[in-house]
Amino acid sequence: MTARACSPRNTLRFDPQRCVGCGDCARVCPHGVFRAGGRPVAVVRPDACMECGACVTNCRGGALAVDKGVGCAWLLLKQALLGGEQRCGGSS
Amino acid sequence: MARAPVRRTDSRLRLRHRLDHVLARWGYRRSRHRVEPGLWGLGDPGPDDPVLVTANYTLSFDALRAALRGRRAWILVLDTRGVNVWCAAAEGAFSTEELVRRVRETELAERVSHRRLILPQLAGPGVAGHRVREETGFRVLWGPVRAAHLPAFLDGGSKTDPSMRRVRFPLGDRLALVPVELVHALLPALLLAAGAGWAGGFLWAGAVIAAFLAGLLLFPLLLPLLPFRDFWPNGGLLGVLALAPFAWRLSRGGVPGLLAALGMLLLLAPVSAWLALGFTGCTPYTSASHVRREFRRWTRPMAASLVLGGALLGWRLFL
Repeated sequence: MTARACSPRNTLRFDPQRCVGCGDCARVCPHGVFRAGGRPVAVVRPDACMECGACVTNCRGGALAVDKGVGCAWLLLKQALLGGEQRCGGSS
Repeated sequence: MARAPVRRTDSRLRLRHRLDHVLARWGYRRSRHRVEPGLWGLGDPGPDDPVLVTANYTLSFDALRAALRGRRAWILVLDTRGVNVWCAAAEGAFSTEELVRRVRETELAERVSHRRLILPQLAGPGVAGHRVREETGFRVLWGPVRAAHLPAFLDGGSKTDPSMRRVRFPLGDRLALVPVELVHALLPALLLAAGAGWAGGFLWAGAVIAAFLAGLLLFPLLLPLLPFRDFWPNGGLLGVLALAPFAWRLSRGGVPGLLAALGMLLLLAPVSAWLALGFTGCTPYTSASHVRREFRRWTRPMAASLVLGGALLGWRLFL
């Protein structure tokens, strides 16, 4: 397994050997972390990753991994105090 | 077997829709803004017309149909329990399974001649496009982040330019979060202001209100201009700025005044900071790692600020 961390700021990990070059990661990423067109895909903005997991969900080669978490302060606090999974209430 | 009827809709947003949106934005009965899941027809679509998928939250549904003015399309609404696309995808309601279920249940394959489903990009965390194809034969096309870009997307042969695929946090989106944050903060703000007013008069009540407004209003307004990467120090900075006139008033009267002013800043700026962190909310803006890092980095300094502020003011009471 040749997965490597993409940035010290987040938990995104990429294994280029498993990439099939489909480009779906670039299509679903909300922050332009990837640029498709080659195999393996280019990780051009690794620091911008906000760990939503869209790329992981859509990677058919299993080349991507991330510790998915909701970046919501209230939710994290609730989880820390009450434990377990909390549902995102959604203020939007 | 009788097929479930296709519900009809159009692109017009009437007053009752707009009222519903306002209520949703203010947090009134948040999960009751729903649309019936299933297949909807916009403008009497035919077998060649595109299929667009969305959540059953009224704001999501209405944004989609309003963007398709003058077009014919099928709208496949998933049951996300009245939650918007992004949050529903994150929590697992807007899922591959739910999409596959709806495609089968509505017998979509018999209503359209093509095999393409256009999904909002922000459903990405919840839906695996390649698995949808395996299960239903329908190919997932990832549409733009914003429904407003759909006309360009559809007319351009389902191509996107990079700007359609990026989530930004523009002023309008930031301000749209203010009402619901305001509603949540209202009671604590009033209680704190009342308590502060009782203890220290109008000056202190005003200072508390200023600290709240700094975090709730100034922060979303000025976000692009703020110097720090983290939310807490940005909120704290705005708090200090908003409190400055009140602290200035307090600082008259030699050293005790200066200490009181400092105490006010140390005690109340963390309020602004905390409210700013609340904006990390359900926006596709911050990662969980970032928020965890902020907690690790700033909890102790914030606590120290509160304790020191309280000590300075308490000291002044005994002088």
